[in-house]
Amino acid sequence: MTDASREAIERVFRREYAPTVAVLTRLLGDIDAAEEAVQDAFAAALQHWPKTGIPPSPAAWITTTARHRAIDAHRRAVKGPRFHEQPDAVHAPAAPLNEEASVRDDCLRMIFTCCHPALSADAQVALTLRLVGGLTTGEVARAFFVPEATMAQRLVRAKGKIRDAAIPYRLPVADELPQRLGAVLAVVYLVFNEGHSPSRGAELVRGELCDEALRLAGALAELLPDEPEVIGLRALLLLIDSRRLARVDEAGRPVLLADQDRTLWNARQIATGHDLVRRCLAWNRPGPYQIQAAIQAVHADAPTAARTDWRQILQLYDQLLALAPTPVVAMNRAVAVAELRGPRAALPLLDALPPTGDHRLAAIRAELLRRDGQSEAARAAYDEALARVGNDAERAFLQRRRASL
Amino acid sequence: MKRYLLSIFHPDGPPPPAPVLDKIMRDVAQVRSDMQTAGVWVFAGGLCPPSTATVLRQRDGQLLTFDGPFAEGKEHLGGFTIIEAPDLDAALAWGRRLALAVTLPVEVRPFQDERPS
Repeated sequence: MTDASREAIERVFRREYAPTVAVLTRLLGDIDAAEEAVQDAFAAALQHWPKTGIPPSPAAWITTTARHRAIDAHRRAVKGPRFHEQPDAVHAPAAPLNEEASVRDDCLRMIFTCCHPALSADAQVALTLRLVGGLTTGEVARAFFVPEATMAQRLVRAKGKIRDAAIPYRLPVADELPQRLGAVLAVVYLVFNEGHSPSRGAELVRGELCDEALRLAGALAELLPDEPEVIGLRALLLLIDSRRLARVDEAGRPVLLADQDRTLWNARQIATGHDLVRRCLAWNRPGPYQIQAAIQAVHADAPTAARTDWRQILQLYDQLLALAPTPVVAMNRAVAVAELRGPRAALPLLDALPPTGDHRLAAIRAELLRRDGQSEAARAAYDEALARVGNDAERAFLQRRRASL
Repeated sequence: MKRYLLSIFHPDGPPPPAPVLDKIMRDVAQVRSDMQTAGVWVFAGGLCPPSTATVLRQRDGQLLTFDGPFAEGKEHLGGFTIIEAPDLDAALAWGRRLALAVTLPVEVRPFQDERPS
């Protein structure tokens, strides 16, 4: 018999939360009803599984039990308008629960619903973490640095809009896929970036958010294996994340790319990232995530910082800038220009950029001014960066750099 | 089917010059006709300017009458269309066409479901 302690049951439900809620949302026609039903199934599992053991297919058990509970609840008290709307959905014949393809489509439906452009970016990220990532409301709240009650409210409001405005639970058709997929990839990238360079707080890396983004990117790659940008995003995240251990020293301080101990880089992630980048190249349908992944692959290839192929990186940035002419891309391209042609060639490029909300532009300017020997101007740029920085470890780093001028 | 209110927000100030306005009116009429052909159109109307509005408000047990719009702003509700659509994506598709025709922002907002009595 399988071990079915409460802890083991919780683990199973945590793992199966997103796919079962996704399937039940289609069956019940409502996300809240699906979440309640899975919660009910959890209570039932706590009763039964310690006696019977964890069933061989927990997801099917949860979905079937949750569906029956929802029907019972519906029969006991016909409450609210939602079941009046779609009584057929509740009484529909059982879906082929074991069909992987069907579960897969429901997971995709959920992703596209959570990342619907009619929802705010914050709501998209919160819903995705909760309903696709399976994070608890408390965990999502911590991701946003807000109290759990605030996040609960935000999720209720977002789900209320999905229900009341009738945001459809469906897969985008072919001609809307690129745009809709763009929103999904942006959400995953946002989660990763908040883990990789937290905008606030004390930690330099929030590993749990990086892991969650990697999981989401992996799941997307499994669901949409032939979408180059999906594979490109997964490669990009794997390659950036491969340096996680090397980016922070024992004292929790940031280590610049050039100073990192490259033996600490995760060779397995780099190998997977390289494979994915090669797959993207073979497709020959370049996109911003794929090019950024290729840039990271060049960094990963360099045995030492000094032997980085900046020429190739600059070419890739030129290509990226043509596809995605954003200030952030232009800023990162300027860094490559500085490596190839010196800070004096790069500084005018930075000066031409519109001021950004965060500290990065000022921090990069400060570093280039320092390299160019313009200490006074560098000090002023560090001050500007310090005025904008939100992360404690980054702030301490900038202060040290400024003091060492 | 759900009902959606498509509100058109006008900036305060004079309307655009006649040739521009004529084109807008033609385009809007075309969208309306397409909505009717598709069977989604329920009702539509353009409103007189906010200066023609009157507000009724209860205060201390008395119903008072005021001149002027309820809320002053840089934009005002200039007109609206009510459509029936299966979901938000369908409503947004019509909203997009309307926004392109009127060249002004359009707010798409669902009606509450009518509760079964």
